[in-house]
Amino acid sequence: MIGEPPSTNGTHADAGSSRLRADHVRLAYDEHVVVQELDLAIPDGQITVIVGPNACGKSTLLRALARLLKPSSGEVILDGELIHRLPTKEVARRLGLLPQTPIAPQGILVVDLVARGRTPHQRLFQQWSDEDERAVRAALAATNAVDLADRPVDELSGGQRQRVWIAMALAQETGLLLLDEPTTFLDIAHQVEILDLVDRLNHEEGRTVVLVLHDLNLACRYAHNLVAMVDGRIHGVGAPGEIITTETVEEVFGLPCVVVPDPLSGTPLIVPHDTRASTSRNPTEAESA
Amino acid sequence: MTTLERSAQTESRDLAPSELPLRGRVIRFRGFSVRLDLRAVAVCAVVGGLIVAVGLWSISVGDFPIPISDVIATLLGNPTEDSEFIVGTLRLPRVLVGVGVGAAFGMSGAIFQALVRNPLGSPDIIGFNSGAALGAVTTIVVVGGSSFQVSVGALLGGVIAALLVYLLAWKRGIQAYRLVLVGIGVGFAITAVIDYLVTRAEINDVQRAAVWLTGSLNGRSWDEVRIVWLALLVLGPLAILMQRTLDRLDLGDDTAAALGVRVSRSKLTLVLVGVALAALGVAAAGPIAFVAFVSGPIARRLVDTPRAAIVPAAFIGALVVVVADLAARGVLAPTELPVGIMTALIGAPYLLWLLTRQARTGAL
Repeated sequence: MIGEPPSTNGTHADAGSSRLRADHVRLAYDEHVVVQELDLAIPDGQITVIVGPNACGKSTLLRALARLLKPSSGEVILDGELIHRLPTKEVARRLGLLPQTPIAPQGILVVDLVARGRTPHQRLFQQWSDEDERAVRAALAATNAVDLADRPVDELSGGQRQRVWIAMALAQETGLLLLDEPTTFLDIAHQVEILDLVDRLNHEEGRTVVLVLHDLNLACRYAHNLVAMVDGRIHGVGAPGEIITTETVEEVFGLPCVVVPDPLSGTPLIVPHDTRASTSRNPTEAESA
Repeated sequence: MTTLERSAQTESRDLAPSELPLRGRVIRFRGFSVRLDLRAVAVCAVVGGLIVAVGLWSISVGDFPIPISDVIATLLGNPTEDSEFIVGTLRLPRVLVGVGVGAAFGMSGAIFQALVRNPLGSPDIIGFNSGAALGAVTTIVVVGGSSFQVSVGALLGGVIAALLVYLLAWKRGIQAYRLVLVGIGVGFAITAVIDYLVTRAEINDVQRAAVWLTGSLNGRSWDEVRIVWLALLVLGPLAILMQRTLDRLDLGDDTAAALGVRVSRSKLTLVLVGVALAALGVAAAGPIAFVAFVSGPIARRLVDTPRAAIVPAAFIGALVVVVADLAARGVLAPTELPVGIMTALIGAPYLLWLLTRQARTGAL
């Protein structure tokens, strides 16, 4: 019902082509260098998840991939062209980004917010076409937000609001979708709901998705391609099963842990060491003392 | 696909447009389409009617009352003996300047309040109008100044004040509260300079320059009508065209950029249009207090929209000025108070209320 059937089925198999990639990018805010000499190709038709400790440069990298930040050296390439040479609007027709904390104007209705996703397809005097109508409808349906359409965004719960923002990015109808921590501030059930939605978008519509996530276990479950970053460098790229090991987690997050297979999906599951045991502090003793 | 499925699908497509509860009516014409907010249109129509009514009333009352019927006859080109001079030379320009200045301030306020995301971000609060006034006064005191030169002076003063506020408030980007606080400070400093200039000026200049202390429509002529209506004619359409971009910027810079908006360029254009509207309003009638500040919020409340209501704000601004001027002429008649005193009486309590509310909710 939604869009064209995917030409690729979104499995690991065709890791060949990449519409979006970063070549030797160096990213800095003013003088402060966040990312050094980084290379990354985003495989088409897959879900790529970027993980790493706080302030490792994940969001900065995502902003650069979406053309929001110009690399101080190196290039971001979209469809074989330098992304910074492309017009803003042209980029917005091919690539959508949902920032970490987007701002909803006070009192705006869900449908009007989602409709703003059509901006790059509209012109000054072509403000609402049948195509816009169809895309907004499809985006609302895909995110199960049809019933929310006439409600003010202010009144929604965290999970609903996140679905609506994703709907806005979907209405943009881009093959590439970049989401910066779409599950932050959500409880575990809503995190899974959002990630299932992302998986469906990838699987059913063949969209290439790049996510920044904090939860390693969920990242391992949903990613086809996992990117582990530390200190502005890429520590490892590949299928979660290949790159998430006890050593990687220790090196990237500084967290001593055991990695076991997820009982449901078989993907890596990280179980942190109980660091309390090493100090031999017993909860019951602590209570009585 | 079976026939049944296909017919069900086309049916749902046909039903589709009426179901999306989008705001505003889509008007289509040969491949062009515009979304028009009918409630905004209604508000503008009603407020426009009120402006005309109050304007006619304002022309009719005064030292030498002229019946409304004579006013209308005069405007339609059939003047009576006395009405031609009083209406055509004295009172009509005054009302036209009032309407134009109110509309310019209203638009400018709506633009800046949306850009700053705070009702306190309007040009009369954050010192831009004071800057324009200083530019006007300086031009008069230093070079004497035709009304054209005064306009250029006001424009320069406004742009310089905006630049100054922006630079002083810059700290790894612009925070709304810093901009507002710095702007209020800069505004006070500029007002002090204007006071000083006026005390040092020639007595004849003082009378002319005094307009730029409070803002007044007293003695406005066709010169001022030309300044402000030319500004509206050029900048008004530009402001209206920028409305869509302003709505996207409302989602935050990153989201707007991801939707294909050229953020820096759009913001610069909006700031320039906003400053120019405010400055040319000031050039025509001085820094009439609080018009820009109250128009946007009133317009948004009436239209009940999350967007910056640029056009309705223009209508509200015009109405506020003509009503305030009528009151300013009436309360201590025959003495005509400057209109700025009247608008301050309305605006100051609102400012206090907003300040206490924002301080309490931590928005400032």
